[in-house]
Amino acid sequence: MVEALRAGLEGLILGVSHVTLGHLVMLVIGGLLLYLGIRRGFEPLLLVPIGFGAILVNIPLAGLMEKGGFLRTFYDAGVLTEIFPLLIFVGIGAMTDFTPLLENPKILLLGAAGQFGIFLTLLLALALGFTRLESVAIGIIGACDGPTAIYVTSKFAPHLLGPVSVAAYSYMSLVPLIQPPIMKLLTTAREKKVVMPPVRKSVSATTKILFPIVVTVVTSFIAPLGTPLMGTIMLGNLLKESGVVARLKQASEQEIANIVTLLLGLSIGATMEAGKFLKSETLMILVLGFVAIVLDTVMGVLFGKLMCLATGGRVNPLIGAAGISAFPMAARVVQAEGQRYNKKNYLLMHAMGANTGGQIGSIMAAAIMLSILRGLGIG
Amino acid sequence: MSDLGFGFALLIVGMGGTLLSLWLLSLIVLLLKRLFPYVGEKKLDDG
Repeated sequence: MVEALRAGLEGLILGVSHVTLGHLVMLVIGGLLLYLGIRRGFEPLLLVPIGFGAILVNIPLAGLMEKGGFLRTFYDAGVLTEIFPLLIFVGIGAMTDFTPLLENPKILLLGAAGQFGIFLTLLLALALGFTRLESVAIGIIGACDGPTAIYVTSKFAPHLLGPVSVAAYSYMSLVPLIQPPIMKLLTTAREKKVVMPPVRKSVSATTKILFPIVVTVVTSFIAPLGTPLMGTIMLGNLLKESGVVARLKQASEQEIANIVTLLLGLSIGATMEAGKFLKSETLMILVLGFVAIVLDTVMGVLFGKLMCLATGGRVNPLIGAAGISAFPMAARVVQAEGQRYNKKNYLLMHAMGANTGGQIGSIMAAAIMLSILRGLGIG
Repeated sequence: MSDLGFGFALLIVGMGGTLLSLWLLSLIVLLLKRLFPYVGEKKLDDG
């Protein structure tokens, strides 16, 4: 009887007796992510489930990421199979209006320039001693695109999924703090005040419907391995633009996106076990991720300056900063910065064009990277 | 191939490929707009 009581009591303190310093640190980090999401409003839809997932997975002996554990089941079913990021893309496509981009398609080039950070950061990661595939995963933080970062990382370096995802989503939400100083530094007073005329309505409904189909086919011919990424975002956009499947569009942008966002966030949080997350390389990844987004912005603004020069001063270089995938934060930053220097300047629609171009650009860059890696016999 | 060579190959082909692809897409959009010009308001009903 006494033995049974003692054994029972020991069972009750088993969890506490297995707590390590690493677990406690991760509980604090999970709490910090919750704080950033709840109190500071930084990407709450993802940081809240990620933070809570990080807390759950660091409860000793709970076994949530062991075979059969519920977080492991979500992770295996949705992240390892790459299904979750792709379903999120359908939702993003259904929510995205590409009209500002279609009004001025030249702006797509800004969406390409905004991807320089991916490749430059990849070089930096290699120089710091990361393996080639790890460097690819770290570089992709520069896509400023959560689902793309998760898709590529789960393919090439799943052990880095936690830090890469946290970096990608945290920095995306910090775009309003990261970009303005760079924009200010790289543009002259005259460039900041360049007024761009209002966007003229010039896109037919047929063009809007054909756009997602044509983009999918053309980009998939160029980089077939990126078809799942481009195909899903364009499927979502076709649901929106076709105008005949309102229920599917609504399900994609609401029910499906919401459920998958919850499961994806929890699954990412579940990769943040103390033993795997608390390493010096995590800190390096967070720093490299920051560098990636800074480089994206620098190259975007520089390309904007080039377009300003090439068009005889008709393009405000500030919109180059919106050539990243962080939608619509980057476009809003450009609008706010433009108005800071010229109250009569409305850059929002132009910036939205560059921003949606950045979404396509980030997927294209990832797709091309996947195809090059296949060409090199990697991945 | 060294790691540096690998990185530069990705930088040049990757960034070049991205720029070229998006430039091509911009031309295709211009072509679509020419083939299917905007002719005023016409709203499709949601299904």
